[in-house]
Parts: sequence; structure tokens; C-alpha cells
Amino acid sequence: MRNGLEAALVGLAALAALLGAAFAKDNLFQAHAWVLFFVLAVSTVLLLRRVQFASSGKAVTEPDTSGYMDDVVRYGVIATVFWGIAGFLVGVVIAAQLAWPVFNIEPWFNFGRLRPLHTSAVIFAFGGNALIATSFYIVQRTTRARLFGGNLAWFVFWGYQLFIVMAATGYLLGITQSKEYAEPEWYVDLWLTVVWVAYLLVFAGTLARRKEPHIYVANWFFLSFIITVAMLHLVNNMAVPVSFLGVKSYSAFAGVQDALTQWWYGHNAVGFFLTAGFLGMMYYFVPKQAERPVYSYRLSIVHFWALIFLYIWAGPHHLHYTALPDWAQTLGMVFSVMLWMPSWGGMINGLMTLSGAWDKLRTDPVLRMMVISIAFYGMSTFEGPMMSIKSVNSLSHYTDWTIGHVHSGALGWNGMISFGAIYFLVPKLWNRERLYSLRLVNWHLWLATLGIVIYAAVMWVAGITQGLMWREYDDQGFLVNSFVETVNAIHPEYVMRTVGGLLYLLGAFLMVYNIWRTIRGDVRHEPAFAPVKSAA
Amino acid sequence: MADKADKNVDAFTGIETTGHNWDGITELNSPLPRWWLWTFYATIIFSIGYMIYYPAVPLIESATRGVSGITNRQIVAEELAAVRAAKAPIVDKIVASDFETIAADDELFRFAVAGGNSLFKVHCSQCHGSGAQGSPGYPNLNDDVWIWGGDMDAIYTTIAHGIRDEADDDTRWSEMPNFGTDELLTGEEIASVTQFVLQLSGRDHDAVQATAGAVIFEENCASCHGDAGEGSAEDGAPNLADALWHYGDSEEIIRAQIAQPRHGVMPAWGERLGEANVKQLTVYVHSLGGGE
Repeated sequence: MRNGLEAALVGLAALAALLGAAFAKDNLFQAHAWVLFFVLAVSTVLLLRRVQFASSGKAVTEPDTSGYMDDVVRYGVIATVFWGIAGFLVGVVIAAQLAWPVFNIEPWFNFGRLRPLHTSAVIFAFGGNALIATSFYIVQRTTRARLFGGNLAWFVFWGYQLFIVMAATGYLLGITQSKEYAEPEWYVDLWLTVVWVAYLLVFAGTLARRKEPHIYVANWFFLSFIITVAMLHLVNNMAVPVSFLGVKSYSAFAGVQDALTQWWYGHNAVGFFLTAGFLGMMYYFVPKQAERPVYSYRLSIVHFWALIFLYIWAGPHHLHYTALPDWAQTLGMVFSVMLWMPSWGGMINGLMTLSGAWDKLRTDPVLRMMVISIAFYGMSTFEGPMMSIKSVNSLSHYTDWTIGHVHSGALGWNGMISFGAIYFLVPKLWNRERLYSLRLVNWHLWLATLGIVIYAAVMWVAGITQGLMWREYDDQGFLVNSFVETVNAIHPEYVMRTVGGLLYLLGAFLMVYNIWRTIRGDVRHEPAFAPVKSAA
Repeated sequence: MADKADKNVDAFTGIETTGHNWDGITELNSPLPRWWLWTFYATIIFSIGYMIYYPAVPLIESATRGVSGITNRQIVAEELAAVRAAKAPIVDKIVASDFETIAADDELFRFAVAGGNSLFKVHCSQCHGSGAQGSPGYPNLNDDVWIWGGDMDAIYTTIAHGIRDEADDDTRWSEMPNFGTDELLTGEEIASVTQFVLQLSGRDHDAVQATAGAVIFEENCASCHGDAGEGSAEDGAPNLADALWHYGDSEEIIRAQIAQPRHGVMPAWGERLGEANVKQLTVYVHSLGGGE
């Protein structure tokens, strides 16, 4: 980051974006090229300033004696928090839009455009940055090796942020290939491919130069996540652009093949991005925070291989009772049912790692946060296989029950384990004695938990209400409810859901304040949580 | 790091560790929890059984059919056939009967109203509202004001052939001229007619303008809307002398409707829904309160 070559390359890229804007075949591509140009132009200026003032340094860069590359992790933690707030905020906005349609602002801020902005912001921007930052931190510690590839790690970080900005602005402009969780068009997909290959190189290169004889379980999960996401991304986004200077492309697949490919991708975005990747996080931070050995090495091996083997086949359960052939629906269901125990293997290994350290839950809200996240992981990985059973699915499919299920996983498991990791990392990365305030962590924990419980509970009620109303026939065999009557029936739940989301967002703001004060080096004087005398 | 040979024992659990140590993290060599393992086996056995019972394994050009031979399509086909068979006797009677017979037969009438209600929720409520209350541009079907006639036969024709649906040769059609944009009347004349129309329905109006408007109305509007603005179901010309307005009751909207009228469209449902369903819808809409 300290020489001019990067500045020159980014400047050239900005020029290319300008040319893209000039020769664009459609207005949307032109608008998007302008966005890209401004982002790159600002980046060039910032880079040039860094060249000039490189020696002045930053407050955080103390002499690095660890031999580890942690600056990129520090940036990653900040980015995680920033995108987390953005994603949660948009989530609250779209929840409000569903409860009160007047909040739809045409055309850029209507539900249709903000919904993919929300899902991508929380999954890929918040979750993705959390995964990249923690994997860079963990792989260095558990291999005792510096990140491979020098500034390549910086390329991964900034390249990924560029992907996020291009994806997000594209959604607001109305650019989409209308594949859920894979909405960005072909040129943004290509860029993500480049970044992701660089990520794989950094991670695998670091593993290759490890000074430990064995590879720690967290790294198995991270590696499987990186490789599988690369494969999913490449296959699901195979498309032919109409023009190399236009936004539109056509998928390589059609009809039910397209649907199946999409849900093979979509379900494994959950399986490998949100499950395998975050299990990698869990496997490092829980034993570190609890200061206890991982419960079972054997269980970690068996559940790892079972999980990655079974997950990849479970996608068709998103297409029950559709044009998908029966045999594929059957396989999607049984692989999901078999996935129950391999998923719970991670929960057992996480929770049982606390044996001998349960008393710490009284005094350590960070550990409490991690345990809550594992509990939500366990609940949603039971709920998932249950919902994949066809007779359950016939009630739950297309209803808000699915939304509730996703959020108990995303807010509970992914969110809480990331918060735990952030609270673990910030004092270490910035060389602080401890967090600014553990009491605030506790407030964050309870606000977030209450928010999730409200959210999930009202979505169960809403979903089951919808499902039952949709299938209600009178004794003469006539449909009883119109669609809009089922929408009216769940309006109170939509309002409550917004409240749940607000509580979760409020907790996240407490985290921002807490880590900001921690990074500044402040310590709040407050009574410690009283430890319990062990009865044993 | 510790070699596998010198194994350590965790003091709290009494279980050996594997001897690995990563950044201070060690691992216990605990066996797999038995309940976990047996539950995992149970899900596998269930899955194998399920795959034998239902279609599951893809072959080159087809897939195994399963012992049960059950498929989604077959279930849907059977359920639909059962529903149709149960309804067939009464549905056949509705198709064969005229509206007078249906209205006189209690069983037929109640079936037609229930079926029409259900059909209305699926196909009509999007425009006319769940309670058929309508909205600007979409008539309220609960009142006794009918643009195209409110007896059963008229309602049937409207539903079956739609209004201004170009795909249906027998569709309802009327077209009011663009008095303003085609310069058939001046702005001043339109303002006068507007005042006269307000007078027709007994609302506040400018008496001088309305008097001038009466002449213009007689020459340009009365042929369809009638001398007293009472409208004509035959021409689809709305009654202008009542208190109900299709697009809105403000002076501005009335003036705009004269200058450049909007013409609503309703699809023809005859082919899509079939004779029996259109008849049930007719009986239902007629029963809402305003049927003639």
C-alpha cells in the first residue's frame, strides 16, 4: 500500500471505468460505470496521499513484533461493524415497508430494490468481512505463519469492498439477474471471482507455509468454505452478456434446471458461507474465550466430513412441490434430514468445550454471547431439517415461517458469533487491556437476544397463520381467504417484527460505541460481574 | 509442539488430549457421544427407507418409482378429480339451469353464492376489493348503481365478455369522445358543462355557467347520458344525476373526465373460468345487495 504502483493501477482502472461510461450500451451500465469511476478515482487520490504521507503512520500501527499481518484484520473488523450496521438498518427499513407500505420510496428505495440490498449487506458485506477478517487472524495464529502473498491480502480486502459497493449500487439502480443471493450482474460476478481466487491463494498459501505439523479444525472449515463458495459462484453465475458494455446477461440454464442450480447455490450459500465458515470462527474463539480444550477431536472430524458431504445435496428442498422431478425432491429432503446430526456436531463441540468453564458465563458476557449463538445455531439446524420434510414444507413454504427460520440463524448464530469474535479481537488487535465496558456487552447481548426472540416468534405465528389461511377450504370445497385477507391477518406480526429488528439494531449501536471507546484506549470503571464460588 | 506420543490428560474431565496445540488450543480425545451417533444412524436408516418408498434414484432416462409409486402430479390429479367429482352433480345443474331456476332453488343458490365468493376473492378482489367495495375507477358492486346493467343476464355478459377487452368479440364497448383534447369543446364550454353536471346531481354549482352548460349538454352529452343525465345501461353511460362517481366527485376530476375521458378495462372471464364459474360469480355479484 505504500508505493505508487497500486495508485497507478487503480488510476488506470478508473480511466477504464470512465471509458465504460462513455461507450455504454445502456443507461444503467453507464450509471454503474460512473459509480465505479468515482469510487476508483477517490481511491486513487487516497492512495497517492498515502504514498506521500506513508511515514507519518497511524496511531494503531505500533511496531509489529508478532510477525503477523494484522493491519488488514483491523480494517476487516471495522468494515464488518460498518456493513453490519448498514445491513441491520436496511433490514429495519424493509420490515417497516412491509408493515407500512408508505415507506416505499420510488424508484430507488422501494422494497424490491432494498430487499436484496439488505440480504447482501448482512450475508456478504457483514458476514463476508467477518469471515475474511477472522480467517486471516485465525489462520496466522494456528499455523504460526504470516499471511501468504504480501499485499495480496490487502487486495482481497479492498477488492471485496469494491464488490460490495458495486453490488449495492447496482441493486439501487435496478440492476439484477434476479437470482436470490446472487443478484449482481455478470461484470460484478467476474470481479468477485478474481477477488475470491486471491482470497483462496492467501489462505491456502498461508496453510502451506505453516509451522504447525497439523491443520487446525477451524482452518478445515474456512478452506471448505472458500473452495465451495468459489465453485457455487462460478456455476450459478454462468451467463452470456448481451453486450460487454451493457448490464444484461442471460443465464446458461433455463427452466427447472435454472431453478435447481440456483437453489443448489442458494442453499449452500447458507451451508458453506453461513455454516461452515462461521463454524471455523466458532472453533477458534470459543475455546480461546473459555480457555478450555475443544470437547472432541473425533467429533470434529466426523461432523466436518459429514456436514460438507451432505450439505451440497440438500438444495432441492427449496423446490418441494414444484416442477422439479419427484426423485430430486426426495433426495433434497433426505439429505436435509441426515444433515441434522452433522450440524449438531458443531453445537455439541462448541457447548461441551465449556465443560469446566460454565462458571465463566456469570462473569464473561462475551462468552455468554458465543454460547447464545451456539444455542441459536442448534435451534435453526434442527428447524431446517424439520422444514425440509415435505409434509411440513407444504405448510411452511412461501410463508414468513421461512423468514423467521433464516433470521434465527442469521441474527442468532451468525450475528452473535461475529459480535463475540469482534469483542474478542478488538482489545487484542489494538493492544488494549480489555474492552471499554463489559456491562455494555451485556446490554448488547440482551437487546439482541430479545430482538431475535420477538422476531422469530412473531414470524412463526405469521407463517403458520398464512399457511393455514392459504389452504383453508370450506365444507363445499371452496377457498375461504383471498390473498390480501391473509396479508391483513399478519399485519400485527409485521409491526412486531420491525420492533424486534429495532432492538437488534440498537444492540449493534452499543457495540459500535463500545469498540470505538476501546480502540481509543478508554476503560470504563464499572463493577465487575460477581463470580460464583464453585460448589464442587 | 507436543508429539502424539506424550499424551496429556485434561485435569477437569480426566480425558486425554490429542497432543496437538494451536495457539494454546488443545483438543480432548472424547469419543463420539452415543446419542449423537445413534440419532445420526437413525436419520440415515429413515432416509434409506424413504428412498425405497418414494421416487428417489435417477436413472438414465427416468428415476426409480419407489415401492409406493406415489408422485406429486398423481396426488394433485387425484385430489382435483375427487373435488370435481364431488361438485359435479350440482355444477352440472348450474350449467344447465337459467338464472331464475338457480335463484329459486335453495341448494343451487347457496352453492353458487359460496363458489362465486371464492372465485371473486381469487380473480376479482385485486381491482374490486375483497368486500367488492371498489375504488376510484373500479365500481363498487354492493350498491344498486350499474354502468352496464344489474340484472343477472347483464352481469353475466359483463363478466363473461369483459369491458373493452379487445380479445373478445362480444365485449362491452363504449367510448366517450375527448371533448377537450380533440377540441370538440372549448375550455370555457367544458367548464360550463361541468357546472351543469354538478347541478344534475344536486351539488353546489355556478348557476350562470350551468345554464349555459345545459345547452351544451343537450347537444353533446344527452344522446348517451340522457336528457336528465340519468345514464343508459345499454350504452354503458353512467348515471350523472346520482351521488355516486366512478372516478371521483371533485369538480376537477369531472372536468378532466370531459376533456379527456379515462376508459376502464375489465378482462373477459368466460374462456378462462368456464361457464359454471362465470354463472356462480354472476349469482354472487347479484346477491351482494344491488342486483336488479
